[in-house]
Amino acid sequence: MKYIIILSLFFSTFSFSQQSNLKSLKVSFLVKGVCEMCKDRIEEGTIKLKGVKYVNWDIISNNISLIYNSKKTSLDAIHKGISLLGHSTNKYTAPSEIYNSLPDCCLYENENLVKH
Amino acid sequence: MIKSFNLILITFLLQFSISFSQNYIEGVVSDENESGEIIPFPGVTVFWENTSIGTLTDIDGNYKLLKSSLSKNLVFKFLGYKEVIIDVSDKNFYNLTMLKDENVLDEVVVNKKRKTIQKSYFKTQNIINVSSDELLKAACCNISESFETNPSIDVSYSNAVTGVKQVKMLGLESPYLLITEENIPMIRGASQVYGLSFIPGTWVESMQITKGTGSVVNGFESISGQINVELKKPYSDSPFFVNIYTNDMGRNEINLHSNKIINDKLSTGVYLHANKNNHIIDNNNDGFLDHPLSNAVNFFNRWQYINPSKGTVAFFGYRFMSDKKELGENIENKVFNRDPWRGEIRTNRFDSNFKFGYVNPSIPYQSLGFQMAFSRHDQGSFFGKRNYDINQNSFYSSLIYNSIIGSTLNKIKVGLNFSYDDFDEIVDQTKSSYNRIDNSIGGFFEYSYDSLDAVSLVAGIRYDIHNNLGSFFTPRFHLRYQPFEKSVLRLSAGTGRKSSNIFSENQNIFTSGRQIKISKDLGKFYGLDPEKAFNYGLSFRQGFFINNREGDITFDYYVTDFENQVIVDWETQGEVSFYNLDGKSFAKSLQIDLEYQLSNNVLIKSTFKNFDVKKQYKSGLKMNPLTPKNRFFTNLEVSTNEKKNGSKWKFDFTYNWIGKQRLPSHTELIDFDGYSPNYSLINSQITRVFSNKFEMYVGGENIGGYTQSNPIVGGYPFGTDFDTSIVYAPIHGALFYVGLRFNN
Repeated sequence: MKYIIILSLFFSTFSFSQQSNLKSLKVSFLVKGVCEMCKDRIEEGTIKLKGVKYVNWDIISNNISLIYNSKKTSLDAIHKGISLLGHSTNKYTAPSEIYNSLPDCCLYENENLVKH
Repeated sequence: MIKSFNLILITFLLQFSISFSQNYIEGVVSDENESGEIIPFPGVTVFWENTSIGTLTDIDGNYKLLKSSLSKNLVFKFLGYKEVIIDVSDKNFYNLTMLKDENVLDEVVVNKKRKTIQKSYFKTQNIINVSSDELLKAACCNISESFETNPSIDVSYSNAVTGVKQVKMLGLESPYLLITEENIPMIRGASQVYGLSFIPGTWVESMQITKGTGSVVNGFESISGQINVELKKPYSDSPFFVNIYTNDMGRNEINLHSNKIINDKLSTGVYLHANKNNHIIDNNNDGFLDHPLSNAVNFFNRWQYINPSKGTVAFFGYRFMSDKKELGENIENKVFNRDPWRGEIRTNRFDSNFKFGYVNPSIPYQSLGFQMAFSRHDQGSFFGKRNYDINQNSFYSSLIYNSIIGSTLNKIKVGLNFSYDDFDEIVDQTKSSYNRIDNSIGGFFEYSYDSLDAVSLVAGIRYDIHNNLGSFFTPRFHLRYQPFEKSVLRLSAGTGRKSSNIFSENQNIFTSGRQIKISKDLGKFYGLDPEKAFNYGLSFRQGFFINNREGDITFDYYVTDFENQVIVDWETQGEVSFYNLDGKSFAKSLQIDLEYQLSNNVLIKSTFKNFDVKKQYKSGLKMNPLTPKNRFFTNLEVSTNEKKNGSKWKFDFTYNWIGKQRLPSHTELIDFDGYSPNYSLINSQITRVFSNKFEMYVGGENIGGYTQSNPIVGGYPFGTDFDTSIVYAPIHGALFYVGLRFNN
C-alpha cells in the first residue's frame, strides 16, 4: 500500500500535466523592444498575464513565443496585455504615456538607437 | 531559438540543481575615465561573431546573452574604442574594460575574469558554485585536497599514518554531507573516508556546495549540506589535456584527458589518472612514515549523445580505480626486536552510470530525466594486528519529471528514487563479520515559486520506504527574499536521516589499539539506531561598491539538532565506544565572509568561522573533539593583465588560522590541558600562463612548516594505548611542488 502512494503521486502528476497540454495553444508574434532589459520586462509582464503558461522573447527577431491556456484567456487579451506593458505588438500599439515611461534603452521608436 | 532553448532545458534537467546561468554569458563592460577610475560603460554592442545575435550593455554596463551554437566568439564594439573578440565557450561570466583606440595600443586589457567561487543573488538555495579555475589553486591533486582554498569547507588532518584528510561542513564530518557526482549519490558507505581522494581534481568541471539540507530530489541523507561534483563533458572539454605534478615529498601525479567529437550527436572522452609515491619520509623521527607509500590508477571513459531537434541527451560512463597504500613503521635500515607495525590499504572500485533526458521540443517547460548507476567497492586493509575489509555493491536509480502549474512562475518536480546497497564487512582478527542489505524506494515532490523579482521559494517533501530505517517523510523548505538589488536573505529548514556505517566512517579506530565497544540496543545498524537531525539556517548577503569596486559581505548561521545520533566516544583511553545519543547533540555554525575587489587585478576574500559543536557523551556534554572553535581564513588572488596570446601571471596566497581544539584525553597528552594549541597555515602558488595552451605552476603548502610534535601516542604499537588519530595539525612540514598543464 505504501508503495502505491509513492507511485500514484508520480503518475497522477504526470498524467494531470499531460492533460493540461490539450488546452494549450502555442503562438508566435511580433513584440517591439530593443535590449536585454526589454526582454526581462516583456517576459516578466507576459508570464504574469492570466492564462499564459510559458514565454520567450527573442531580442534579434523581436518575436515572442508563448504557450497559453485557451480556456482561460484569448490571444487578443494577451496582445492587449503586452501593449499595456509599453511594448507594441502587431495588433495593439502601446499607449504613449506608458511607452514614454519605459527605460531609455527600451524606447524602440527612437531611430537613433542601435538595433541588430 | 526554440532548439537552443530545448537544449538548455535538457542540460538543466541533467544537472537538476544547477542554475540556468550555465547557458548564458553575462558580465559588465567598463570604461576608464580621465582620472583613471573604472566606470560602467552603457551602450556597448555585444554580439556573437559572424552573426546578428547580440545586445547592448545597459546603464550599469551589464550584458547578458544566451549562448549561441553559431559562434563561440563574443565581439564587443563601440565607436572610438578597440574592438574585442574573445572566446567565451568555457565561460559564463566575462567582464571587460574597453580601451580607447589610439592606434598605439594593440593589447586588450581584461580587468576582471569571472570569479572562481560564485554566490548567486537569484538562486533560492544557498548554493556556492566552485569552478575548475578554483580547483587549480590547490594544484594537487584530488577533490579532498581542493577544498583547502575554499572557506565553506574545512579540511583537517585526521590520521598520522594513513594521511587521510577529513572534510567538514557546518562543523560536521563528511558522513553528514550528501556527496553526489552529477546528482548520483557517490561518496557514501564504504567510500566515506577515502572516496573524495579517489576523484582527480582535473576531472572536475565545477562543484556546487549547498549549505543546509538542500533539495529533496537527491534523497533523504543530507543533513548539513550537499556537495555535487560535475565532471568534464566530452562534448565541451578540450580535445587533449595533460597535467604533470611532482613534489619534494616524492609524490608524482599525471593526468591525461582525450576527447573526441565523433559526429554532431556523439562524443566520447577518456580520462586517465595515476599517482605514485615511493619516498620513505620520517621527518619527525617518530619511527613511522609521515605519509604512506602509494600507487593508484584511475580510468574513466564516458560517452555523450545530444540531439537538440528531438530534445534528447544521454550519457554513459564506466570507470575503474585501483589504489594501494602502505604505511606504518619505517623498517628501512632498522633492526626490530619485535614485529614492526605495518599497514596496508588496498581499494578497487568499479562504477558505471547511464543518464537520459528528454524535453518535448514543442512544450519546453516539460521534461523527463532518468538515471541509473551501479558501483562495486572493495577495500581490504590491515594495520598491525588488526584488519578491516569492506565490500559494498550499490545500485541507484532515479526518475524525475519537471513541469509547471499554471505558468512557468510555478514549477514542480516529481520523481522516484530507488537504491540498493549490500555491505559485507570483516572487522578485526576475531573475524567478526557484518552483512547488511539496505534498500529503499522513495517518491518526491518539489514545488518552486519565483516572482521574478523579490521572492522565491522551494518547498519539497519526500516519502521513503526503507527496509532498515522504516517509512518516513522528509520535508525541506527554502525561501529567498531580495528586498534590494544587492541584498538577499535566505532561510532554510529541513530534516535528514542516515544509517551510520560505524566502521567505514571511523576507520581511524583500526590504526589505534583501542578496543571496540558497541552498545547492544537492538537497532538495525550494528545494534544501533538510525541518525536523524533537523537543520535550519539563515543567510544574509549584502553587496556594495567602495571606490567603484565591487565587494560583498555574507553572514551565515546554521544549526543542526540531532534527534538521534550514533555517538563515537573516544573519551576513554584504550577504547572507542558506540552508542545511541541520550540527551542533546547540536552543531551551531556562524560564518562571516567578506570579499572585495581591491583593484582590477586583486581580489581578497576573508572568512571568520565560529563553531559550537557539542554532544552528550556518557561522561557528559562535551565539545566535539578535534573541531576548532574558531577559524580564520584569507585568500588573495592576483593576476596580471592578459596579453593577446593569453599569457599572464597568476598568484594565489591562502592564510588559515586554526583555533584551539578539544583533544580526547590520553595520558601522553597531559601537558596540553585538554586543548591543542592554535596555529597557522600558509599555502601559496604561482602560475605562469604562457598561452591558452600551456602553463606551469610552482607552489608550497604549509610554508610556515607548522607540525604536530607528537601525532602518534601510546608507545608500544600493539598495545591498547596506541593511537594515531589524535591529530590536530599537519604531520609533514613545508611542502613544495611544481607542475605543468598542456591543453589543446
